[in-house]
Order: sequence, then structure tokens, then C-alpha cells
Amino acid sequence: MTTSPAAKAAGPCAGQIWLFSSIGKKTVVAATGILLVAFVVGHLLGNLTIFLGPDALNSYAAKLHSLGPALWAIRAALLGILVAHIYFTMLLWKENHAARPQKYIASNPVGTTVFARTMRLSGLIVLAFVIFHLAHFTVRVVDPSFATMTTTLDGHKVHDVYRMVVTGFSNGPVVLVYVVGLFLLTFHLSHGIGSLFQTLGITNRRIRRTYEIGGRALAWALYAGYISIPVSIFFFGLGKGAIQ
Amino acid sequence: MKFHLKVWRQKDPKSPGRLEDYEADNIPADASFLEMLDIVNAGLTGKNIEPIQFESDCREGICGNCSLTINGVPHGPGRGTTCQLYMRKFRDGDTITIEPFRADPFPVQRDLVVNRAAFDRIIQAGGFISERSGSAPDANSVPIPKTTADEAMDAAACIGCGACAAACPNGSAMLFVSAKVAHLGLLPQGKPEKDRRVLGMVRQMDQEGFGNCSNYYACEAVCPANVPAAFIARMNREFTAASAKEMAGLPV
Repeated sequence: MTTSPAAKAAGPCAGQIWLFSSIGKKTVVAATGILLVAFVVGHLLGNLTIFLGPDALNSYAAKLHSLGPALWAIRAALLGILVAHIYFTMLLWKENHAARPQKYIASNPVGTTVFARTMRLSGLIVLAFVIFHLAHFTVRVVDPSFATMTTTLDGHKVHDVYRMVVTGFSNGPVVLVYVVGLFLLTFHLSHGIGSLFQTLGITNRRIRRTYEIGGRALAWALYAGYISIPVSIFFFGLGKGAIQ
Repeated sequence: MKFHLKVWRQKDPKSPGRLEDYEADNIPADASFLEMLDIVNAGLTGKNIEPIQFESDCREGICGNCSLTINGVPHGPGRGTTCQLYMRKFRDGDTITIEPFRADPFPVQRDLVVNRAAFDRIIQAGGFISERSGSAPDANSVPIPKTTADEAMDAAACIGCGACAAACPNGSAMLFVSAKVAHLGLLPQGKPEKDRRVLGMVRQMDQEGFGNCSNYYACEAVCPANVPAAFIARMNREFTAASAKEMAGLPV
């Protein structure tokens, strides 16, 4: 049997060759996508403790912060995953652009969805939203008074996350940023979740539709879950009494 | 029937091209799209205008030579090749835009003719069975499960026309490559070279400058052979599995 020259080329740097092949890059984007979706689900479950009252949310937050170095390790890992997700997308974007320099004059995007065609744009808007969200509630530079809010929980002085969130979401423009930013995330995940099964090769022609519908359902469920918090606070006065 | 045509005219690979307007008069509704162009060309010759260059061969839907994008869709509306597209599909008086297949690795040679040698080079990088397996074996002498045979046949339906790469907003040839990888790799004759085939063909595809799949599924929507995009998923996992073998130092 003859070996084709392209197949012979791998050798000792087979890992690197795989990583920077078309399929390798796509796989990195899909795999980091799964991890980011897992984070988004976990983050929502934690945040929903706000509906259980100030102590529930504050003790959840205090528990997270008590992890100390482990928390920083998780944050660093998340940042790494996000950077890899974006970096490999950019590499793919550049190649995809070069592969179709001339667009059709009579353009007709047959077979595609608007979610799929806007992945890069929706992703970049979500990135901007994530940066705002971190500045808002993690670094607390949007409203510096957030940093000084404290409360006592079981005799310990802890950061009053509940008061911070309720105050934060009492601001109309901020609520709008969250509602729009999270909508773009849903838009992104409407294609992303279903699509990653295809990229990772764990699909077949019968099950694909299920993944697509399931992915969209999860994306919208996440949207409903996330915006329930600002909407409950801004429109239905959740927690207003508790922080008086 | 009567149509207004906007046709991409380009003198040679280096010249810039542009759309030019032509009128197609007295076209029978049962003429195929290519026959319609033949009629238009016959009229142009009389007027001393260079005829519109396009490729065609079998004119029965199996060769995949016609590289026309009609109103933004490779091979035009509906599944099937351009020769199997009949003018009755259009409305009388329609304006029809005809462009060549677009993808960087498919350079336009002239008008609607593109060079698809990139696909040949991908085939040369692994789309074959090295050992002569003799003449067609007797039926059932090599038992193959029905589902496997059906799956391989679905992949083998690919005629290599390039509509998938032309439809893909990323100019990705993955539907074509995955069909070849699956059709040969599923059957006993092609299985021994499965790993080196997928490695060779995918690397050649990347080297030719085809884009990466974003799971738009535009390829599947235009494929005249109805090749499903599930074969791309199969190729993805086979490529990663074969790469893992390479990384582990196993022979491929």
C-alpha cells in the first residue's frame, strides 16, 4: 500500500498538526463551548438562590469566596477557556473569509439559519456584555458603592451580594443591558449548543434535529432563568423590602 | 417563455468579471437550464457576441460538470444539477442571475467555468483503494450489513460537483470530503486505509484553501445527490481518532 504524502507528514508533532487542522480548530471551539455552557448553567443555578432570600444568596456567595485559591484557579481556567474559544474562532474566521473572497451578487443563504450566520457578531456582543457584567458585579467599578455593602451572616461579616444585586437591577438602563446582552447569548447558543454535537461528531442524521431543538430549548430556558432576576427586581420589586 | 438574464462574463482567470444582461426569448418551458443557455448562445453567435462559456457533459444529472450558481443557489432552485432544472420552474419574465461557483480554491477560468482540480488533488490524497480488489465480487461473497451498505451508498452518491463548497458561506468542501471518506471507509475494501485516508484528504482539503465548517448546512440543502451533513460529523470523529493514533505513535 502506498502512503499519501499528506498522511506521512505528521510525525512527532502530530498533536500540533491536529490542533491547527480545520477539524482540530473546530473541535477546540466546540469543546470550550461545552465548558462555557456548563458554566452558564451552573452560574444560573447559583444565581437563582436570590429567590430564596438574602441569606441564601449571601451564603452561596460567601461559600464561593471561601474557596480562596480554588476560586482563582476556576476563574483562570474560565478565562483560558474563553480565550481559546475566541482565539480559535478568529483563526477559523480568517480562513473562512479567505476561502470565499467573492460573494454572490444574488445572495441566497439557502439552508442556513440567522443564528448560525450571526455567530461571530452575537459572540462579540456577548463578550462585551460579559466584560460589562464583570465590571458591574465582580470588579464593582460601575457603581463603586457595591464594594462597601456588607451584612452579617451567622455572626460573620460578609459582602452583601443580595443588596448589591437588588440595587444594581433597580437601574433601568442596566436592566436593559442585561436583557439585551442575555438575548444575544441565547441567540448565540441557539446555534451553538446543537452545532457542537455535529463538530464533535457525536450525532447522526436522525438525532441531529433533536440536538438542534434541545439546544434551542436550553438556550431559551437559560434566557428565561437569567432575565427572571433583573425583571423580578425592576418590575416586580423583588427584594426591595429586604434591603430597606 | 421569456427571461432576463444577468450573466457573469469574465475573459480569463486574471481579468475582472462583471454581470451582463441578455434576453432569452422563445424558450420552451420544458427546456433545461443548459438548453436555455444553448438557445441564448445560438442567438449571440449571430450577433457576433462571444457565446457564454459554461461546462456540461452528461446532461442527465450524474456528471456534476455544470458549475452554475443560479440566483445565488448552486445548481439553482430545488435539488439536482443544472441540466435537470427545467425552465418551467421559473415564471415567465423572471430575471435570472447566473454566476460561477464561488470558492477561492475554484478559480474562474472563463465566464461560468471554474477549475475544480482542487477536488482531484483531494482525491489523490487518499480517496482511493490502493490494492486492486479484482473485478466485482459475487453478491454476498463478502457479507456487509444492510445498514452499512445503505450508508456507504448514500455517501457514494456524491458526484463531486462542488456545489457544497460553492454554497458554503465559508467555502468549505467538507461535505464532499466527508462523503468520500465515508463511502470508502465503510466498506471492507476501503477499511484498511481508513485512517490514512481521512488524514490525507482533510490535510489536502486544508492545504487547498477550503474554509472550515460552521454547521450552516447550506451544503446539504443544495447537494444534488442528497448527501447528508451527518457524514461531516463522522469525518470529524474519524479524523480526530486517526490523529490520536498518530499522537500515540501507532501506525496509521
